[in-house]
Amino acid sequence: MDRFLDQFFNVEVMVKYLPDIIDGFWVTLLLAALVIVSGLALGLVLAVIRAFQIRAVNIAIIVFIDLFRALPPLVIIIVGFFGLPFAGIQLSGFFISWLSLSFVLAAFAEEIFWAGITSVNKGQWEASRSTGLGFAETLFEVVLPQAVRMTIPPLTNRTIAITKNTALASVVAVPEMLTVAQTSLAYAANTSPLTLAAIGYLIIFFPLTILSRRIETRFAWKR
Amino acid sequence: MADLPPVIEAHDIHKSFGDFAALKGVNLTVAPQELVFIIGPSGSGKSTLLRCCNLLEMPTRGVVWITGEEITKRGVDINQVRQRIGMVFQSFNLYPHMTALGNVALALRKVKKLDRAEAEERAHAALCRVGLDEKAASYPTELSGGQQQRVAIARAIAMEPAVMLFDEPTSALDPELVGSVLAVMRELRESGMTMVVVSHEMRFARDAADRVVFMDEGLVVEEGTPESMFGAPKSDRLKTFLTSVSGH
Repeated sequence: MDRFLDQFFNVEVMVKYLPDIIDGFWVTLLLAALVIVSGLALGLVLAVIRAFQIRAVNIAIIVFIDLFRALPPLVIIIVGFFGLPFAGIQLSGFFISWLSLSFVLAAFAEEIFWAGITSVNKGQWEASRSTGLGFAETLFEVVLPQAVRMTIPPLTNRTIAITKNTALASVVAVPEMLTVAQTSLAYAANTSPLTLAAIGYLIIFFPLTILSRRIETRFAWKR
Repeated sequence: MADLPPVIEAHDIHKSFGDFAALKGVNLTVAPQELVFIIGPSGSGKSTLLRCCNLLEMPTRGVVWITGEEITKRGVDINQVRQRIGMVFQSFNLYPHMTALGNVALALRKVKKLDRAEAEERAHAALCRVGLDEKAASYPTELSGGQQQRVAIARAIAMEPAVMLFDEPTSALDPELVGSVLAVMRELRESGMTMVVVSHEMRFARDAADRVVFMDEGLVVEEGTPESMFGAPKSDRLKTFLTSVSGH
């Protein structure tokens, strides 16, 4: 037991590496927040565009989402970081990680929003159109508000699963929390920095799950 | 009155879904302030005909005029036309994320472009007409089926349409709730609203309709006054149908 505590909860090691871990925490938090905002926003925009059923556009959207759902995020980040310079585009590891994970989250989110849009009863469209609202007005006023509410639980799951991939940014030298923890772990020959990182992740993701539950209950209506 | 065009004039309406011909050449004329009742067995095309009148279904062939304006030709602003045609559905189709007031006010704000205060004032007035203004702040799930259908009627009449289409408005209701919806429809009728009703409420047809249209297999088989249709049906198919519905 003592050896376990020493390995994972060594106060001396924790105190020493805490400042580094905190620096990494902010990087991870910023990256996660950016990915969530831009990923979900892009996913919603794509789902809305898809609803207009323009054939060529929809094919492009489907190719995009299938590509980013199929490829491992790690591959996307590496290709972006080491491949884009050959095309004359040099972007920072942080920026590439943000872009890559945003695209991955957008791909999954689009599919979830789209499922939500198509699961809204056809009668809702008809009722709204019969009063003279146009297609877009019906989509935004009647269908989307219902679709988004239905999608909150699966969307939260996906968002958390994908946002945890911020740890992958370590491969392109982004000093995010898990990178820092691993480096510290190597220096200290002790896994206590990892414990700090674990706590850091809980601090980031617990509020997210609580928030989604709040939104769920607040917007729920009895069926 | 005589020089006013029919509110609805549908000529030679055909509608096919794939290989299935739901309507095979139907004519329907509805004069101002008339209440036309459409009856017929399920699958006879009554609902499809109704939905062709506001182009929720686009006829495969045929022409529809609403208050003299041809709406089936290209380039017609259908959203503009639909403001003048209220529709009430079998399954109510209230927006579950909005209050009763919100349901009624939506099209007033978005289509009639009224500001929120004026839209809500008119929405309250429409809810008053269906006797549900005290439920203005309730969500659809907090209302009974009959109340939901009356809110749906308020949503349609708030737009001050030239005609109201009712697609089996009481079929989804528990028997004890049917009366409240029929009472609202009767009040509308007495106020001079032009109405087309698809329904199995034969007693209501007998009491309130000016004309009854009997459809079967995508065609109008017989039409006439309620007295002649129910009292002295001519065609065998109408006789059979009336026997089958009076059976329960």
